[in-house]
Amino acid sequence: MPRQPNTRTRTDADSDTVIDLQQICTRFGSHSVHEALDLSVRRGEILGLAGGSGSGKSVLLREMIGLQRPSSGQVRVFGEDLATLGPEPLQALRRRWGVMFQRGGLFGALTVRQNVGLPLREHSALDGTLIDQIAEWKLALTGLPPDAGLKLPGELSGGMLKRAALARAISLDPELLFLDEPTSGLDPASADGVNELILRTHELFGPTIVIVTHDLDLLWQVCDRVAVLGEGRVLALDSMAVLSRNPQPIVSAYFTDRRAARPVHPPAAA
Amino acid sequence: MRAPPDAATTDSGAGATLTPGPDGTWQASGEWTLQGLGTLARLAAPRGGDPPPTVPDAKAVVDGSGLRAMDSAGAWVLQRWMLDGTAPAGNPPTTLLNWPARAAGLMKQVQAGAGQAVLPAPRQSLLQRIGRQAVAGAQQAQAFLHFVGELAAAAADALRHPRRWRLRAIWHEIEIGGLDALPIVGLTSFLLGVVVAYQGADQLRHYGANVFVVELVGYAMLREFAPLMGAIIIAGRSGSAYAAQIGTMVVSEEIDALRTIGVDPLQRLVLPKIVALAVALPLLTVFADITGVFGGMVMARSQLDISFIEFAQRFGQVMQGSALLIGVGKALVFAFIIATVGCFQGLRTQGSADSVGRQTTLSVVQAIFLVIVADALFSVAFNWLDL
Repeated sequence: MPRQPNTRTRTDADSDTVIDLQQICTRFGSHSVHEALDLSVRRGEILGLAGGSGSGKSVLLREMIGLQRPSSGQVRVFGEDLATLGPEPLQALRRRWGVMFQRGGLFGALTVRQNVGLPLREHSALDGTLIDQIAEWKLALTGLPPDAGLKLPGELSGGMLKRAALARAISLDPELLFLDEPTSGLDPASADGVNELILRTHELFGPTIVIVTHDLDLLWQVCDRVAVLGEGRVLALDSMAVLSRNPQPIVSAYFTDRRAARPVHPPAAA
Repeated sequence: MRAPPDAATTDSGAGATLTPGPDGTWQASGEWTLQGLGTLARLAAPRGGDPPPTVPDAKAVVDGSGLRAMDSAGAWVLQRWMLDGTAPAGNPPTTLLNWPARAAGLMKQVQAGAGQAVLPAPRQSLLQRIGRQAVAGAQQAQAFLHFVGELAAAAADALRHPRRWRLRAIWHEIEIGGLDALPIVGLTSFLLGVVVAYQGADQLRHYGANVFVVELVGYAMLREFAPLMGAIIIAGRSGSAYAAQIGTMVVSEEIDALRTIGVDPLQRLVLPKIVALAVALPLLTVFADITGVFGGMVMARSQLDISFIEFAQRFGQVMQGSALLIGVGKALVFAFIIATVGCFQGLRTQGSADSVGRQTTLSVVQAIFLVIVADALFSVAFNWLDL
């Protein structure tokens, strides 16, 4: 395999911003989702994207990973403008991030272990046994039992599926990790497990993590900062402790209504 | 100690290197990442000619002061090399010196995981596979019988409650399964008539028995080809559509929803399809008879000098009505087979979307197979009955 140019230290070594969104507008027909939205993600932080249904969280995530183009505005990831990037550098960029999709996105025809090993098989010259070992290890890191690796994704429960999807997202040790609703559809115990898992992954590999979620537990326990989307822009961006005292009506409604429905315990320090 | 192959040749700027130091330590430096590993990626898999580097005192020291980056792939490659170098497994044999904190933490995690054996993918012996498939086949046959029984019960129930007949649904199914299939069935059958007449003409001319082409085309089309071709095309067209439609409904839990609301999916979905096909396929067969015989007429005129009028007159004299009825009767049975197998396989769909594709394929293959088996049985039975 030809050695790839070393992109890790080139363009963005001096910059502390991993993702930079400027003046993002997204329209579907006459319906406008984002209007002049600005957001930047710092290196090494865990950023939560919150907001009600239809506030454009998932669309924004798709724009960050280049699956969708905003109607106007600029998306820069690792200092590169996604819109003007050629196919080769874009491919190199994709190797530096991992994405965990809401419903897993695991390939149904492959076993879980093959799913996790696939990125390694595609992008490295490692031999098959070592890839299997690494995949097995990543699965163990996410807390899956050893026999889960040989199963097909269809045979896993919801919580295990999320863990397997996370194992695949981190199989290349990405510097940037996108998680789309990592706890949706899980019971509270499994959701807590996933929260812990995200924190442990962050500790071990130190990636920047962007999480789209409306799970308040996850926002409180895991995220360093939270961006609340609404009215087509970022209404507020801060730590949860500060946000929960935000007077902005939409923001406070988002947090107080939900908190009334389900008790959440903010840290006492707030 | 011996330097591992390729180790020193790697680009010293960014790539990963592993070189023996002066005092028995190893220097790991550069980028031990997926990109930086380069040829070192194969270091961990010693081949016949290259024995792994041996460590005499079973305790190697790896100096990490030159490390610029390390990811889990790099850690694994290094770890496996270290395990290969010393015999006692399970006991991390190597000490790390001057490692950056994050890489050391990663290495510790990898060492903890390295002792675990990777479960081999289960392999089944030939006998096991045959056994499993036999059991699965038997179970499927049993389930099919069960399904036919349920279907009969549902049909009997529907007979007692004529209000439950969903005429509009039946008519809709006849339209898409029968009417829309007219062009393809007609064309196929016409071409088949041409082929049969052409092949026959070649043989009959030798004996001066040109006129027998009428019997040849007539009996072949009416008794065999028209029902069989119609059934095969409809199995591919409608049987697969039934399986896919019902399978998709299973995946999106619509079938379960119907059951919970108190609507029998067999009555609501399956029976109208079976009734519709039982009407449409015999009618399609009659149409295929007409176009097929017409194909034979065209060929007879051009190859054997038998005019349309001559052909039609002889057709009226020699053909018996039973030939038509036998063909149409067979088509009715084929229709039941195709619709039942299609719906059965659709309902056997489980879980995921790729299961829908599998069941659809299965429905077509099984329907065509069963149609041909039934056709063979009919031949034997008609022979006994002298029909």
